[in-house]
Amino acid sequence: MNSAALFGVAWSALKQNAMRSLLTMLGVIIGVSAVITSMAIGTGARAAVAEQLQRLGSNLVVVVPGSITSNGVRLGLGAQQSLKLDDATAIARSVPEIAAVAPQANTNAQVVAGNQNWYTSVVGSLPSWPAVASWSIAQGRFFDAGDVAAMAKVAVLGNTVATNLFPEGSAVGHTVIVKNVPFRVVGVLASKGQSGFGRDQDDQVVVPITALMMRLTGQTWISSIAISAQSPDAVDSVVSSTQALLRLRHHLTVQSPDDFSVRNIANIQQAASETSRIQSLLLAAVAAVSLIVGGIGIMNIMLVSVTERTREIGIRMAVGAKERHILLQFLVEAMTLACIGGVIGVALGIGSSYLTSHLAGWQVIVSPSSIAISFIFSALIGILFGFYPAQRAAHLNPIEALRHE
Amino acid sequence: MDASGGHDLVIQTRDLTKIYRMGEVEVAALNGVSVEIARGEFLSIMGHSGSGKSTFMNLIGCLDRPTSGIYLLEGRDVSRLSSDQLAEVRNRSIGFVFQGFNLLPKQTALQNVELPLLYAGAAPEERRRRAQEALRAVGLESRLAHRPREMSGGQQQRVAIARAFVSEPALILADEPTGNLDTKSSDEVMEIFRELNRTHGITIVVVTHESDVAAKTQRTIVFRDGRIVETAA
Repeated sequence: MNSAALFGVAWSALKQNAMRSLLTMLGVIIGVSAVITSMAIGTGARAAVAEQLQRLGSNLVVVVPGSITSNGVRLGLGAQQSLKLDDATAIARSVPEIAAVAPQANTNAQVVAGNQNWYTSVVGSLPSWPAVASWSIAQGRFFDAGDVAAMAKVAVLGNTVATNLFPEGSAVGHTVIVKNVPFRVVGVLASKGQSGFGRDQDDQVVVPITALMMRLTGQTWISSIAISAQSPDAVDSVVSSTQALLRLRHHLTVQSPDDFSVRNIANIQQAASETSRIQSLLLAAVAAVSLIVGGIGIMNIMLVSVTERTREIGIRMAVGAKERHILLQFLVEAMTLACIGGVIGVALGIGSSYLTSHLAGWQVIVSPSSIAISFIFSALIGILFGFYPAQRAAHLNPIEALRHE
Repeated sequence: MDASGGHDLVIQTRDLTKIYRMGEVEVAALNGVSVEIARGEFLSIMGHSGSGKSTFMNLIGCLDRPTSGIYLLEGRDVSRLSSDQLAEVRNRSIGFVFQGFNLLPKQTALQNVELPLLYAGAAPEERRRRAQEALRAVGLESRLAHRPREMSGGQQQRVAIARAFVSEPALILADEPTGNLDTKSSDEVMEIFRELNRTHGITIVVVTHESDVAAKTQRTIVFRDGRIVETAA
């Protein structure tokens, strides 16, 4: 008996009980479509998270000064005063594939406005800073290149600083005093809220880096250089080019270590996508459980079917069916049920993925691998759960089977 | 039975015994039966229920194995074969006709008759051709696509007979073949058996409790309490 004949026997048996076959398949159909839909939503969510991170500046590369080792005492990163404003200018000029460079110098100060005062951090940077650090301006304007060149005494306030110093009314146009130097407020940043670690990102004042270095602190070094690469793919090459350039500029020999450190936030992005991957795995696991329940449904119906068709099995045995003929007949039947259920489930899963995307406005991505996995899984379930009933059928005694009413 | 018949026996049993265990008690359904049936015989088996004739039928039909004794089918010892080997023997050498017809209800007459050939591994065209021939031989060439419930009892039993001889077996075993039929259909069925026996030389064994059916055969064996008590020509 060849496979075509086997399939023919199984198919005609399923066709004769079309309604029951459909109901039996329902478990697998729901299971497969749930697997595909949940994986599509999970993959979509992961892509959405990646996209959001990118919008928050995932192309970001940050250069900080290195540590100092003096008589065996090692100070932390940033302790050295090795980074200069010229380094930032050089990077902007000669490293390829970068969108913008924003050097940063920091200090802390008691900021006074009228009868209000507030202790906050003061950031000195360039006009490129909002683009690199993903900030937008709520009121007024950011300072420009002219302000930087003129070491202009202008400031842009973070939202928290603005509300504390100017509880009623707009801050723009007023004067704040930082370390006895009056700064004119030209703009207020849009609120960003807390950072991932609970720090209030809105609690800062931004001034031209030249004004900070010359008028407030008198320092010659800067505390960091933020660079935004043109694309996430360019991040690696930007990191290595920046490293090479700075080593050259700092006259480092082959033996001496970097007196700076270049970092990017790709690892943060990795952690985030790992989280959503685990979430989608969890969804898929729940869906897989429903697929197994579907398999149990198949086993249940196949057992009923074997009992119901005991006489048929007896007749087939009497005319010469061997054990494996009967075994294969029922196994092929169970597998056919599972596979057809799988195909319908795939179609339904794709449909409901797009429906979810349409109704909920979520991004969904139906991956070919999720289709392949769930289909193969359902075929396996057919074999697995069809085997026991098929074996029961094959081991029937022909005489008793023939006598069965 | 002539002297040369001994060389061409379809069935030869020696001390065939079947013991069933019912809890602690052992019941001998068949108790040392020795019988010889020659090729081309048309024979009937009679006996009350519980006489052992059904057990005997199951054994010579290769549906079951004896507890002890020997059964030679066409000279081959089949009393110790595995269940798959028995299936193969049934497929090649034995055709069954049952009282309740035992057709597959949802398959057509043609599909039912093709069934033994399916398990013999015949090609689809050959199955179809031989099944059509067999159905023509029992006068049902116009009923090929009918399903059992669309046919009369007599017609159904003729489909079953076609299925029994489509694979050209050495032996047809008929278990109360006329039990569910009216007189006219009974006569038709017995006539087909007689015709198959005469023209194809197929050995036919009919189990019956109707003496007028037994009367239409060449020889009758009577069972009682698991033994043969009478053999009448």
